[in-house]
Amino acid sequence: MSEILRLEKVSKAFGGIRAVSNVSFGLQEGQIVALIGPNGAGKTTLVNLITGVHPVTEGKIFFGGEEVTRQRAFQAARRGLARTFQIVQPFPEMSVMENVAAGALFGGGLGSRREAEAEARRELAFVGLDRLAESPAASLTLPNRKRLELAKSLAMKPKVLLLDEVNAGLNTAEIDGALTLIRKIADRGITILIIEHLMKVVLSISERILVLHHGELIAEGEPRAVLDDERVVEAYLGAKFAARIKKEGLHA
Amino acid sequence: MDISQILANGIVLGALYACIAVGFSLVWGVLNVINMLHGSFIILGGYLTYFAWFYLGVHPVIALAPVALLLYLLGFLVQYVFINKVVTAPVLTTLTLTFGLDMILYNLMTVYFTATPRRVTLDIGSVDIAGVVMPGDRLIGMGLALLLTALLYLVMRGSSIGRAIVAVRMDRQAAALMGIRVNRIYAITFGIGALMAGAAGAVFAMVFPVTTNLTGSFLGKAFVICVIGGLGSVPGALVGGITLGIVESFAGYLLGPQHAITIGFLLMLILLVVRPTGLVGVKGYE
Amino acid sequence: MMAGSRTGKVGYGVLAVWLLLLAAAPLLGDNYTVRIAITIAMFTAMALSWNFIGGFTGYPSFSTAAFFGIGCYVGAIAQRSGVPMVLAWVLATVFVSLFAAALGCIILRLKGHYFAIGSIAIVELTRLVVSSWGSLTGGGDGLNVPLLRGTPGEVGSMVLYIMLGIVLAAFVTTILVERARLGFGLRCIHQNEEAADMVGVDTTRYKIAAYTLSALFCGAVGAVYASWVGYIDPTDSFSILLTIKVPVMVLLGGPGTALGPILGAGAFVLLEEFFWANFLQWNRAILGGIIVFLIFFLPGGLLKIDYRRLLRRQSQARGEGKAVL
Repeated sequence: MSEILRLEKVSKAFGGIRAVSNVSFGLQEGQIVALIGPNGAGKTTLVNLITGVHPVTEGKIFFGGEEVTRQRAFQAARRGLARTFQIVQPFPEMSVMENVAAGALFGGGLGSRREAEAEARRELAFVGLDRLAESPAASLTLPNRKRLELAKSLAMKPKVLLLDEVNAGLNTAEIDGALTLIRKIADRGITILIIEHLMKVVLSISERILVLHHGELIAEGEPRAVLDDERVVEAYLGAKFAARIKKEGLHA
Repeated sequence: MDISQILANGIVLGALYACIAVGFSLVWGVLNVINMLHGSFIILGGYLTYFAWFYLGVHPVIALAPVALLLYLLGFLVQYVFINKVVTAPVLTTLTLTFGLDMILYNLMTVYFTATPRRVTLDIGSVDIAGVVMPGDRLIGMGLALLLTALLYLVMRGSSIGRAIVAVRMDRQAAALMGIRVNRIYAITFGIGALMAGAAGAVFAMVFPVTTNLTGSFLGKAFVICVIGGLGSVPGALVGGITLGIVESFAGYLLGPQHAITIGFLLMLILLVVRPTGLVGVKGYE
Repeated sequence: MMAGSRTGKVGYGVLAVWLLLLAAAPLLGDNYTVRIAITIAMFTAMALSWNFIGGFTGYPSFSTAAFFGIGCYVGAIAQRSGVPMVLAWVLATVFVSLFAAALGCIILRLKGHYFAIGSIAIVELTRLVVSSWGSLTGGGDGLNVPLLRGTPGEVGSMVLYIMLGIVLAAFVTTILVERARLGFGLRCIHQNEEAADMVGVDTTRYKIAAYTLSALFCGAVGAVYASWVGYIDPTDSFSILLTIKVPVMVLLGGPGTALGPILGAGAFVLLEEFFWANFLQWNRAILGGIIVFLIFFLPGGLLKIDYRRLLRRQSQARGEGKAVL
């Protein structure tokens, strides 16, 4: 397994505020890694930096061995860095199919509309939205919109998929469905970085956890070790919750 | 002409400009609508003031209040009947709508009032302060303009209506949840914008000739001032207005009067690209 | 509706009839009719042009008059310097395109209202520059262009066919763009620019392409217009009224479609001619009224009205004896 994504001392300042401070880590190909931390810790900013939405203030980012620090958003997309948005961002008046085809055509680099549409149908089937292929994207329910986001990202042929709170607003059953889907995506060999607040989700699928607090990476490693870490407990989990998780056991 | 004269000319002009722009800035900042009728409102105010003076013998300073009130009613109506329906529509729609409405108002004015330049002539003479000469009517004009602007500032900060307008500007939905009738606030804001335009026109008519041919250039100046000074704030309109006044005064002296306007537009374009929020910035209503 | 309202066979048929009708104006009518046909063709080309940036991409550009005006002047100045007429037109078109591309790099970073204002400011600025640069452009006095040879009838016909040629070029370009990645990408940008970026669309490049296309045909029209009328001046060439009318025409017909601008331009020019001829004093107010009516009752333009449903409702209401909406 090779390292597919690496950040070296990445910082981002907005005016006087340091949103991300001196973050360094690496993602191994095929891993599922969770990024957790309290609100405002800088998780979404970090994803924005990786995908070229904001320029970094300091530091370097490497993707597949290539330095991509200064890349722009569409370049990241074409290289194979896809992400979903916390607040879903479809093309509202286009059909579900066209939405995904856009991903295949531009990010995925397919040659023709026809190929893009074929690819779109495949991904829609994968996420279970093929019945709704012709519906306008704006008419979808929230869980389906999330699936659409996933299908669109998958159509871009990503090597790394960054999921930003993909479970926000979903009920328990829907979350289970999402988890299954995420595992299926990982099975395809795609590296996943998932920002999550739900510890149940984090523990059930991630092999590694990164913890962000006030823009700094305060802990990283295997779930067991991270959850035991004093700083993580103090900053994010809280003593009672941490104890309960340990008691109820960790999922493999 | 020495620098202090040019500067003084610029500041006096700038005060008038600020008054012209503040209503426009308010409407744009709060309703997110570019009011293409603004120039015509100004001219209408100027014409009405002139007619009051010429036909009724009413001194413009006294005519100011009723003229402003009339314009307020006009603005309120226009907003309530027409513009309210498209407040959430894209830019192209609202801009085109106000442009169409302006075409109607403009036509009405040119047909019924004609385009003859009108000016209220108050023979007050000039004032000389330390070598800087300023005609008396201009000084009065500047004074009135600043007074009106200050009044608006106080109303925005101090009255409940003012605070309601600020609330709607910051967050329309939250304001509605707090019981503010947003549509009524929109109409009131637009009315205030028209009121300020009418008052500015009245003041202007005391100093310069007004004619329907000027509607476009007033509108253009309002744009420039909003971009220079920033949207939705009285200090912004003041900063923008005075800046434009000074820039035009110097540019006019150095390059000739027609280039004065060019420089204004160039400045606006540069600022649009470099710092679109303007020198004062969009921070909420100040 | 989903696939960007592709032009159907009926649409092509109607278009062909319309263009043939315009082309037949010299045979069917007098010089006045030909002049109206030329005006329709001019505005149709400019409306199709604007459609790229305003209709497909959703950026409210009001720069049309700047591109038209620069086209007029470059064409005129080239001809006066001895450049053969058609070459002068090509030169003007190329110049306007380069100008738009360069301008686009700067101005397309703005969005919404700021972009709209910036684009209008361009019109004002170019007008003022042209007015001031008297040595090159004749300033406020205007510029005379070498007259076209031939009788008014012959000249009129020739200009008409050239303008129609430009219309055809613009239309074909529209269809090609609609079907290509560019069209799809522009629509993505229109619906959600941030998402388009994230999906891999090079938004900057696509927007500049759309903006350049929105200028290209206007420049050509301007250059030919200058040759036709023989005299141009800054106020008429850089007219704010023109720059607002063109988007209104597209709004009237149906933005983002291939036939909408053609329908809108034709309808608008004919309406304007009618009101100008019959209500001269009030024609501006009436145009304003048309615009207001358009905004309120035709939000998608004439093309988006579901005519079948409207007719069904009419016959239904008549059947029930109720008033029709």
